[in-house]
Amino acid sequence: MTESSTETHQVTVPAMGLVVLVGISGSGKSTFARTHFKSTEVVSSDFCRGLVADDENDQSATPDAFDVLHYIVGTRLRRGLLTVVDATNVQQQARASLIKLAKSHDVLVDAIVIDVPDTVAIERNKQRPDRDFGTHVVSRQHRDLKRSFRRLSKEGFRRVHVLRGTDQIDAVEIVRERPWNDRKDIHGPFDIIGDIHGCASELRTLLTELGWKLQYDGTTAIDATHPDGRQAVFVGDLVDRGPDTPGVLRLVMGMVASGNALCVSGNHEAKLVRALKGSKVTVSHGLAESLAQMGAESEDFGKQALDFMDGLISHYVLDDGKLVVAHAGLKQSYHGRSSGRVRSFALYGDTTGETDEYGLPVRYPWAQEYRGQAMVVYGHTPVPKAEWINNTICLDTGVVFGGELTALRYPERELVSVPAEQQWYEPVRPLAPAAGDREASVLKIGDVAGTRWLETTHAGKVKIPEENAAAALEIMSRFAVDPRWLIYLPPTMSPVATSKVDGFLEHPEQAFDEYAGWGVTRVVCEEKHMGSRAIAVITKDADAAERRFGIGDGTTGVVYTRTGRPFFDDTTELVNRLRIAADPLFESLDTDWLALDCELLPWSAKAIDLIKAQYASVGAAALNVLPEALAVLEQAAARGLDVGDITARSRRRLTNAEAFRDAYAAYVHPTNGLDGVTLAPFQILASEGRALALTESHEWHLAELAKLEGDLITPTRHRFVDLASRDERDAATQWWLDLTASGGEGVVVKPAHLTEGRIQPGIKVRGREYLRIIYGPDYTDSLDVLRDRFLGKKRQLAQREHGLGIEALAAFVDHEPLWKIHQSVFAVLALESEPVDPRL
Amino acid sequence: MLLTVSTTHQPATDLGYLLHKHPDRVQEFKQSFGSVTVFYPEATDERCTVALMLNVDPVRLARSRAKNAPDFSLAQYVNDRSYAASSLLGVAMADVFSTARSGRCNANQELADSAIPLEIVIPVLPCRGGAEIAHRLFEPLGWTVEAEPIPLDDDFAEWGDSRYVRLKLTGVVRLADALNQLHVLLPVLDESKHYWQGPDEVDKLLRSGEGWLATHPDANLITRRYLGRRSGLTRTALARLAELGDEVEEAIEPAEEEDILQPEEKRVPLNTQRHDAVYQTLLDLGARSVIDLGCGPGQFLDRLVKTPAFTRVAGSDVSTRSLQYAARRLRVERMSERQSERVDLFQSALTYEDDRFAGFDAAVLMEVVEHVDPPRLEALERVVFGAAKPGAVIVTTPNCEYNELYEGLVGMRHPDHRFEWNRQEFADWSDHVASTYGYVVERRGIGDLDDTLGTPTQMAIFTRKEGSDD
Repeated sequence: MTESSTETHQVTVPAMGLVVLVGISGSGKSTFARTHFKSTEVVSSDFCRGLVADDENDQSATPDAFDVLHYIVGTRLRRGLLTVVDATNVQQQARASLIKLAKSHDVLVDAIVIDVPDTVAIERNKQRPDRDFGTHVVSRQHRDLKRSFRRLSKEGFRRVHVLRGTDQIDAVEIVRERPWNDRKDIHGPFDIIGDIHGCASELRTLLTELGWKLQYDGTTAIDATHPDGRQAVFVGDLVDRGPDTPGVLRLVMGMVASGNALCVSGNHEAKLVRALKGSKVTVSHGLAESLAQMGAESEDFGKQALDFMDGLISHYVLDDGKLVVAHAGLKQSYHGRSSGRVRSFALYGDTTGETDEYGLPVRYPWAQEYRGQAMVVYGHTPVPKAEWINNTICLDTGVVFGGELTALRYPERELVSVPAEQQWYEPVRPLAPAAGDREASVLKIGDVAGTRWLETTHAGKVKIPEENAAAALEIMSRFAVDPRWLIYLPPTMSPVATSKVDGFLEHPEQAFDEYAGWGVTRVVCEEKHMGSRAIAVITKDADAAERRFGIGDGTTGVVYTRTGRPFFDDTTELVNRLRIAADPLFESLDTDWLALDCELLPWSAKAIDLIKAQYASVGAAALNVLPEALAVLEQAAARGLDVGDITARSRRRLTNAEAFRDAYAAYVHPTNGLDGVTLAPFQILASEGRALALTESHEWHLAELAKLEGDLITPTRHRFVDLASRDERDAATQWWLDLTASGGEGVVVKPAHLTEGRIQPGIKVRGREYLRIIYGPDYTDSLDVLRDRFLGKKRQLAQREHGLGIEALAAFVDHEPLWKIHQSVFAVLALESEPVDPRL
Repeated sequence: MLLTVSTTHQPATDLGYLLHKHPDRVQEFKQSFGSVTVFYPEATDERCTVALMLNVDPVRLARSRAKNAPDFSLAQYVNDRSYAASSLLGVAMADVFSTARSGRCNANQELADSAIPLEIVIPVLPCRGGAEIAHRLFEPLGWTVEAEPIPLDDDFAEWGDSRYVRLKLTGVVRLADALNQLHVLLPVLDESKHYWQGPDEVDKLLRSGEGWLATHPDANLITRRYLGRRSGLTRTALARLAELGDEVEEAIEPAEEEDILQPEEKRVPLNTQRHDAVYQTLLDLGARSVIDLGCGPGQFLDRLVKTPAFTRVAGSDVSTRSLQYAARRLRVERMSERQSERVDLFQSALTYEDDRFAGFDAAVLMEVVEHVDPPRLEALERVVFGAAKPGAVIVTTPNCEYNELYEGLVGMRHPDHRFEWNRQEFADWSDHVASTYGYVVERRGIGDLDDTLGTPTQMAIFTRKEGSDD
């Protein structure tokens, strides 16, 4: 218990945690809280009583009021906010329930006792007409408080601060103290080093490999510095099993002391500390080696080492919260928290209490469920190879068992390993892949279902409504390819603003104006192929598929539709042929996988059922009924009836129907299996280490894609237009007219260079005849109505879907966990079910 | 959009009286969805023909959102409503000739009461079920039917016939009856989906069907189709995704009924046998809490709910539409508080881990696994056996060896089946799953046993090994 004197009045409270004010009614707690804390940080029982009863003094509402108080406090603590409880708390049960609440959120809890004489409190209460309870109440509270003093410090508070008398209370200064594990202020770069277990020589080799300069005292390494100012972080288990535990300790202690390194405690340090302190422990798992080696060292060193290990904390939160290091890993809700169970998780992992056939504890695969933003780096469980699972990685590659000593360069995410010089210790069980190493494909319903808000770099915060997610879940789970292949879905694309040119609904000139208005100086007009949108993800070989996508069944790629469904029952042949055609790209991009955005041609290859059911049927109906209608109209006219108008209209409609029929027929070509099928790639979405859709201009993409050749590839015709040049604009328009007159769908206009800000990534300008299959055969008769169309929502969706798609690609390129990639891809599909005018 | 009615009753021009439309005039009538023009291409004493032309402008209609249009297809710009004799033509005709339909004719009531020789031509009639159904529906009413299929596209002969026929009806029929029959049968034949239905549809059907519908041999079919409409918001969202993937909407409809490619007389008993077998197994296992994974429209779930021995019953499906049907079947809205605490229905997908799957004595996967793509089965196994870990899992799936006993069956039993296993494959799979996840498996057959080919359905009962419960 700290008794503050009257002159210095610093009261140190946890920056993240709970502060319980204790004091009788009228002691001035509320004033104190108001003075020293933000109003939102203070939760008072009076306020809660008011919330549930409209009367802050309605004592009958007290139980409900405390329910509300606990709920608010609990929610704030879960969210990591400092919270002050303003209630009398003079009774032990009241404090106990708050302490329990704090522990359940793994935060520290302090008490501040405001102790004023009851006469002062009674006098104050008299000034307040709403406090009409008698003096006996205050006196009873005072008795309770006095009785409390004796045991207050044993109740579970980290600290109890007692402020006596008004002078002392008035002179207080509150200091907020960060938890020891909070080192968000240091930003690295770090070299995070896995379990060493006394392998001092390998440690020196690894540090040297990483570029560290070792400092020696004689032949003993006592410190190391990195010329680039890097900092080392040790994940614990420096000791036991290996040949030179003192050597490891000496070096690490030196590095920590000089500020060149941080170190968290491993379970082996914890046990060694207990053993060195003389506790009775089972000497097993290599503890004997440490005890023998330490016994040979000086007493002085032994004491220093004990102090060092005893003082190690169990985890660190680094780099603005983006990195967490703990020996056995740490689930998200424990990051930055302090409690016994947080420490135990960090040291021993999430154990189920069971043991396996080798007598070792069975560990719950917490990393599988990890959904946090922070990278978690840990060791503890030896694995043959360090692998990412949901943005977490285990660096214990069993050097002491003859494996490797591994380090992770942060933020580079680069792994560096050195092999063991020998097997120093016989493993109890063979090194196994990390629990559920191949299970990274497991997604949770919570990753996608319900109303969600996704943060994106390029489209801000995007809302996915629940009903859209429900529709997407159905399509995704029933028809889509393995989510590990599904690293992208293409966004919808808006048409150009409606043209005023007579006879045209869409016209390139309008697109040029729009982009010029958005500050784009040069655009590319790409031929819009009329086929089915196809995303191709292909790997060089099955090894690459397994390594990069985690797909181990021998498939080497997939080609899927806008809804994630595979093209054809088996895409193997298409993938194989595309790999051959794309060979130059594997070369020039130095990659073993590629994602391409393409159009699969002809349209009829995939859409034949749709063409027959929707388009050909309308054509058949029109071309059969209109001639008969004209025949009866002619008969009527011959009788002298006035059917001139309706006859003329019907003639025109027949002509339109014929044009409609020709429009869809232009996209029908016989195919037999893959014979007659081609792909027209127009963008390279990504390759190893590069989110090309984001980083390269369309000019670059088209130039790269021009390297592809072979029967499978249909080139994308295009031309660049300097928007300031009238001639180039006119020439492009003429090109569009020619293209669409000969059956082309139209063009897509995109900025030729990379752009800043949120502008449409591309806009389509569709041909006059093509639009018949969109707006109906007779749309040219209704241009006046159709011109009045609303592009706002479509464009908003295009922007958002584009942002989400890019987010997914970038996440995949950055080795982000599958669930993160999947939630963006899923969101694109969900937004695609949004009811916008489907003709746009 | 065109319909002609001719008579050779003499004087033929009396048709004008019966229809209350003068043969020498061209008349136009406005409808909410377009305009109707009525005129007479021929009007002599020997033969008189009235033509009814419906003009629908889909663009304008879609733009005005066609608020009260009785046909959802109008929301699409590309549709056959302005060409084919759809239900819209039926509605328009009924309205324009309403007096004639009632059989009243002040000028010549006797004629209105008589059967007269009539010839009705509909150049493009959407005919759900093909030409044969037109014969089935019109012939019992005394018509001679010519229904000539219309090819989809002459340039693509391999596409075959469209859903339209050119229909010609000849017969001696009272005109009012003929018009009423068309009024009912045009929408019955029309393929297009109706999303909207007025509350008075039943009354309309009864009125127009007076005197002929009740005795029609296909009265049931007619009633069901006339009134059979669908609804639902999710549906339109799904329709949107179907089109996006260049699919027809039907291709993504949930598989509601199993073995649909089987004749009804084989399918129904097998369904019942399957339900019985799984139900009995659950009772034998002593399961108290059961989850039906992939419950579809809730047939089996209903049975579980009605059995008090099951104290907790859950059903989940990926199709929100199936869940709506299930909720209706179980009358979820009208359940007592106690009942609804016992029952849970929710959307989920079996390839996504879901905490709501956990904590059941038994899970049922009845005719579900074969709807999952083989590469995704591993995820399902992990979600069900690895994460949810019910005490028991009952899996049923077709035995494809048995398929050869199904006459005329080519391929698999349902278009959505991704595979069908033979007995060995099923044994291998279930053994593998059992050993991976700590279950003991027992296999049984369901349905009539064939000595060499086994039973049509195979069932695996997985029970979790003691000590594997953590």
